[in-house]
Amino acid sequence: MSLRSPLGRVLGAGAAHDGVRHWWLQRLTSIALVPLTVWFMVSLLALPSLGYATLVAWMSQSWTALLLILLVLTSAWHSQLGVRVVVEDYVHGAGARTLTLVLIGFAHVLLAAAGVFAVLKVAFGGAP
Amino acid sequence: MPTRPLSPHLSVYRMSRYTLATSIANRFTGVALSAGLLLLVYWLMAVAGGAGSYARAAHVLALPLAKLVYAALVVAFCYHLVAGLRHLVWDTGHGLERTQSQRSAWLVVAVSIILMLVIAWRAWLTGTHAP
Repeated sequence: MSLRSPLGRVLGAGAAHDGVRHWWLQRLTSIALVPLTVWFMVSLLALPSLGYATLVAWMSQSWTALLLILLVLTSAWHSQLGVRVVVEDYVHGAGARTLTLVLIGFAHVLLAAAGVFAVLKVAFGGAP
Repeated sequence: MPTRPLSPHLSVYRMSRYTLATSIANRFTGVALSAGLLLLVYWLMAVAGGAGSYARAAHVLALPLAKLVYAALVVAFCYHLVAGLRHLVWDTGHGLERTQSQRSAWLVVAVSIILMLVIAWRAWLTGTHAP
């Protein structure tokens, strides 16, 4: 027997049963980001300079390009999951909240795609 | 809006408590790092655009205000990394006793400050060697 009120059932209010997936993905991406961000920070600080030629040479290395792509994708995913919860907590009103979530989702996909595109372009020698 | 109290019930907590401070700081630094992702992608796109585009971006990225942003991002990164590890330990069910979490709160602050100082020192060394 369900304890939900008939009105609640009709409105569809209540848990979406999507929380475990969100929680688990937030953890998985955070675990992946520990080595990725530490690698990025260490590599950035180890570069002799942040000049154009140095950066292109660095980004053209296969491992650098691969790890940068993973960094961009995982950060964008982790960021989207995190910002989503902040919006759900603090943006009230279904319309405003849905619109904000859609825009934030689009923004993260755009950032991820742009980051991957930029790294691949440099890695494959496309940067003039 | 329903009239019942909705999560997060910020007003029911004592704001001076370390539990609240460390938790809200983790969220705040996380949002700051999301803005940092924007900067990272801007930087990568600038490199992909070629020498001319990178020179233009480097001009913007060398502004004094930008340096303030990097400093803030380093602080946010160090704190979010260490506080995130604390959360991962909690997720295994360990360290949730009051004395343990009180100790780990201080440990997070101490370790992240040490990390910030190491990064600042390394960045300063690179800065002094830069052409």
